Amino acid sequence: MSGPGTSLAHTDDAGSDGPGHDSGAFHATLKGYLTGLLLAAVLTVIPFWLVMGKVLSSSGATITIILTLAVAQIVVHVIYFLHMNTKSERGWSFLALIFTLVLVVIALAGSLWVMYHLNENMKPVSAQQMRNMP
Amino acid sequence: MAELTAALSQSVPPGATAGARFYERDYHPEHPTMLGFWLYLMSDTLVFACLFACYGVLGHSYAGGPAGADVFDLPILAINTTLLLLSSITYGFAVLQIQQNRRDGTLFWLAITGLLGAGFVGIELYEFAQLISEGNGPQRSAFLSSFFALVSTHGLHVSFGIVWLVTLMVQVAQRGLIEANKRRLLCLSMFWHFLDLVWIGVFTFVYLMGVLP
Repeated sequence: MSGPGTSLAHTDDAGSDGPGHDSGAFHATLKGYLTGLLLAAVLTVIPFWLVMGKVLSSSGATITIILTLAVAQIVVHVIYFLHMNTKSERGWSFLALIFTLVLVVIALAGSLWVMYHLNENMKPVSAQQMRNMP
Repeated sequence: MAELTAALSQSVPPGATAGARFYERDYHPEHPTMLGFWLYLMSDTLVFACLFACYGVLGHSYAGGPAGADVFDLPILAINTTLLLLSSITYGFAVLQIQQNRRDGTLFWLAITGLLGAGFVGIELYEFAQLISEGNGPQRSAFLSSFFALVSTHGLHVSFGIVWLVTLMVQVAQRGLIEANKRRLLCLSMFWHFLDLVWIGVFTFVYLMGVLP
């Protein structure tokens, strides 16, 4: 059972699972595209309605909701239109996606965080405030 | 196969079990184009992430000029977003035709996709022209500089996508749905859906959040 021949045969079996490995050809279906379109349309209409109809009085709540919906719609696009899953290309494309997302979060959150604090700390100081400084 | 087996059994370190060797082998796909193109899209994501970060930092530096609420036209944005989403789904229909080896159906849906994309770029150019004619060009304020940089980079991507799409339509018309053309069409499909994905970020982060008080 543990001979080299059996382990190689097992390797070949494991390599042929799931659609879209190696050849890169995924199997798209009409149902998949229509599901994606429906979800994307709903997730687009809601934020436009919230902003154009001025539904919520609080800007903060609106921003939180539309950003959440945008992230949800991006996930929908990745799954239904880009046919991304954890198994395609034996996981390498998913790994690249995760790595990219980490870099994107660092670049976005880091820039906003650093520049916000820079602006806060570099505000012009009046003579009165200067006198009270430690 | 026999030589490979022999070569493998020689490389087993003493004490290792035979089954463990497989997991140390590198991944060499037969057709690496799709994975390579995916990696290109990921690097393009980083380009857009930098532009988004730029806009996030500079988006409220109006320099006494107009704010987002003064210059953004949401009904036009809604039309543009619809055009791009529809072009994404029509490219999906083209992919379905490619899978069934229907050349004419593929060309038909590619043409529709190209027209929708051209409509998107046309409306965006109209919006830009209007902004610039009102004196609100990219040199007006840091907000408008970062806005133009981000949105026009996306628009350029769509424009080059249309050039690529027309090229592939000529290729398919001349040589049919050969294996190489199918691979190119699937790469373009990823590119096209990716641009729609970036647009989600643009209309949410730039336009909708820009007009909120």
